[in-house]
Amino acid sequence: MAVIVQAEPFDCGAEMSKFTAGRRDVGAVASFVGLVRERDGDASIDAMTLEHYPGMTEKQLAKIEADARSRWPLQDCLIIHRFGRMEPGEPIVMVLTASPHRAAALDACEFLIDFLKTQAPFWKVEEVGGDERWVDAKASDDLATERWSNR
Amino acid sequence: MLIRYFAWLKQRTGCSQEELELPASVLTVADLIAFLGERHPRFAEAAAKTGVIRCAIDHEHAADDASINGAKEIAFFPPITGG
Repeated sequence: MAVIVQAEPFDCGAEMSKFTAGRRDVGAVASFVGLVRERDGDASIDAMTLEHYPGMTEKQLAKIEADARSRWPLQDCLIIHRFGRMEPGEPIVMVLTASPHRAAALDACEFLIDFLKTQAPFWKVEEVGGDERWVDAKASDDLATERWSNR
Repeated sequence: MLIRYFAWLKQRTGCSQEELELPASVLTVADLIAFLGERHPRFAEAAAKTGVIRCAIDHEHAADDASINGAKEIAFFPPITGG
């Protein structure tokens, strides 16, 4: 079980391999990887910078992870979230969950990314044509979090 | 008390943090937002739009009616856009 907040890029394949190395008890691993997209509507994104709130970020991610573990029988869980400047194609976030069966791994992975999007204090600034603009929060992200309270 | 600002709210206040002595009448997050709005008119502008300013007390999300009693660090920020 781990929460990692870092500026450096990470290798999704290597993280996945490490996650299951030497384990014979895991039956299912679910993953989510968020990448910097080169387009946002009509705008072409040159780069993106993520600001965060050190201290609160780690605390909130650990809380979300503990919440997921209390809801599903997870054998392991990994959240990596980057901050700082990154370019299109680079990974921003990775969530991995492991359980004996697929339903728990898939549901927990979706839960983690939904909650992370509204609870972990990160803010994106996009570089577009030499200008910087703060990304607006999406109402759909709040709805994605809320739907878990009805389950 | 340490007050911190994140993302574009920093541009509204002109600082990322400030150490303030709060009057005894400031009891809740809403009171604090009103108090800070008097210091920073552009912060007040953002606060006037419901839901735009979010708050955390000692690294925990806090609602407008939450008590700030005993808090060490209070942060204000726009809605989160991570992930």
